[in-house]
Amino acid sequence: MRHFWLASWTLCERELVRFMRQRSRVIGAFAPPVIFWFLIGSGLGHSFRDANYLQYFFPGTIVLIILFTAIFSTISIIEDRHAGFLQSALVAPLSRVTIVTGKISGAGLLALVHALPFLFLAPLAGIHVPVTSWLSVACLLVAMSIGLGGLGFLLAWRLDSTQGFHAIMNLFLIPMWLLSGALFPASGAARWVRIVMWCNPLTYAILGFQKSFFVAGVPLSLSPISIGICLAVSVAFAAAMVGASIFSAQRT
Amino acid sequence: MNAVVVQNLIHTYPAKRRSESPHQALQGVSFQIQEGEIFGLLGPNGGGKSTLFHILSTYFQPTQGQVHVFGDDVLQGTEPVRRKIGVVFQAPGLDSKLTVYENLKHQGHLYGLYGEILKKRILDVLGQVGLVDRSAEFVETLSGGMKRRVELAKGLLHQPKLLILDEPTTGLDPVVRRDIWMHLKELQRGGTTIALTTHLMDEAELCDRIAILNRGRLVALGRPKDLKAEIGGDVIWVEAEDPEKLGADVERLLSMKSTVDGTLRMEMERGSEFIPRLASAFPGRIKSITLRNPSLEDVFIQKTGHRFGTEDLVL
Repeated sequence: MRHFWLASWTLCERELVRFMRQRSRVIGAFAPPVIFWFLIGSGLGHSFRDANYLQYFFPGTIVLIILFTAIFSTISIIEDRHAGFLQSALVAPLSRVTIVTGKISGAGLLALVHALPFLFLAPLAGIHVPVTSWLSVACLLVAMSIGLGGLGFLLAWRLDSTQGFHAIMNLFLIPMWLLSGALFPASGAARWVRIVMWCNPLTYAILGFQKSFFVAGVPLSLSPISIGICLAVSVAFAAAMVGASIFSAQRT
Repeated sequence: MNAVVVQNLIHTYPAKRRSESPHQALQGVSFQIQEGEIFGLLGPNGGGKSTLFHILSTYFQPTQGQVHVFGDDVLQGTEPVRRKIGVVFQAPGLDSKLTVYENLKHQGHLYGLYGEILKKRILDVLGQVGLVDRSAEFVETLSGGMKRRVELAKGLLHQPKLLILDEPTTGLDPVVRRDIWMHLKELQRGGTTIALTTHLMDEAELCDRIAILNRGRLVALGRPKDLKAEIGGDVIWVEAEDPEKLGADVERLLSMKSTVDGTLRMEMERGSEFIPRLASAFPGRIKSITLRNPSLEDVFIQKTGHRFGTEDLVL
């Protein structure tokens, strides 16, 4: 068991150190979502619904930061598997579960490290995160980091080229984020979009954040769906992604 | 004792497209590697040696056949085998953004080593490959030869009984190549069994025994010296304007099989006595004649009927 944790931690630590030593990757994961948030949020201002769009777009930006960081971190699996450090891990006396845990926890931790500082910008946007929301926000952050890290692992493990990964990112991951309530709420969307949105696990994470963030004492979302459901779906998504990654890694 | 026993190994890669047929990379290969020897798997690209390397290193399992490493069956469970083997891949496995020490530290953790024991092992292996003073440097600042030595150190960290290397000196200059071989010989003296793949004849000559692979089949197995001795006599290579035609004439006039892949080549006893006959029989048609002792390439030609690597060009 000690060997399992030692090896998992070493894979995770390596991920963190490597990422932090490449400044372009750090900036690449953190800066674009923040710029999107600021530009889109300021640009739309009050033209969208009653709320300030900087406030509405805040939870979506958190998920986007997590998505970008987790994806950029797991993308290395593609090259690492055939020519790199991961080759050594694949012939070491370890179970594949160790590799999955190490990689996903590394990607997840990185995503958390990037998302947390952005949370501190909440007061600047006029968003209040009361102490009573801290636990739900923490759970959502962790669940999304693990879930999207797992999704990144699952995709990277099956792919042969980073170009393929970029294609999947544009075709699948970005639309998945777009249809999560990050940019617009489900209520005003076309029926088919609403159906897709309610099938998308990210929608529940965004909703969870919206229900945990307050502006002038009112949560960002007044949806009847409870925070408990949002948390349950997010945790189930994380568990499913980790499970699928383990299954995939053990098969090939 | 045998370090490795390979029996009737078959490996088939599934077809990538529907129009293609599955590729049988190994077609019933059997051999043994004795404890303490340096064993070379020699073959042209596509010969099957990389597939064999990946199976021996437990990277993937064969379609059929048996592999035992120090008595443990690879197919029954990889973990006991993995503890006994050190693997050095051809593709660089180092993290250039980490220091030499950090690379080795992570490798050690993968094998359950930590704390003072790991520190001591790292210093030991760096000492073995002569890189103790480079331990704090980032891998990206090292030369190609030094990186290769760090890879070697990585493979040795958990004190494996068998070290498996895939083309360990490919892409390195002759001085560095010699240096790597010096380290391998030293490891052998320390009791480590070494198995390596190579497509370099001069590298294969340095092995205690070699297996020559061609198109997934074992075509020769033994000590390089013995394999060359099987040919006997001398080998004559002739360079000509039109080797095909000259070859046909030589075969007709001197009744001797001589052409291999468009090159004129003959094996015979007392080749030096034959050269004047050849030169006078075909005046003006020969550019040069080379007489030499049989090499491993000659062994390959004799066993396969074609030159080493020429099939690649066709493919």
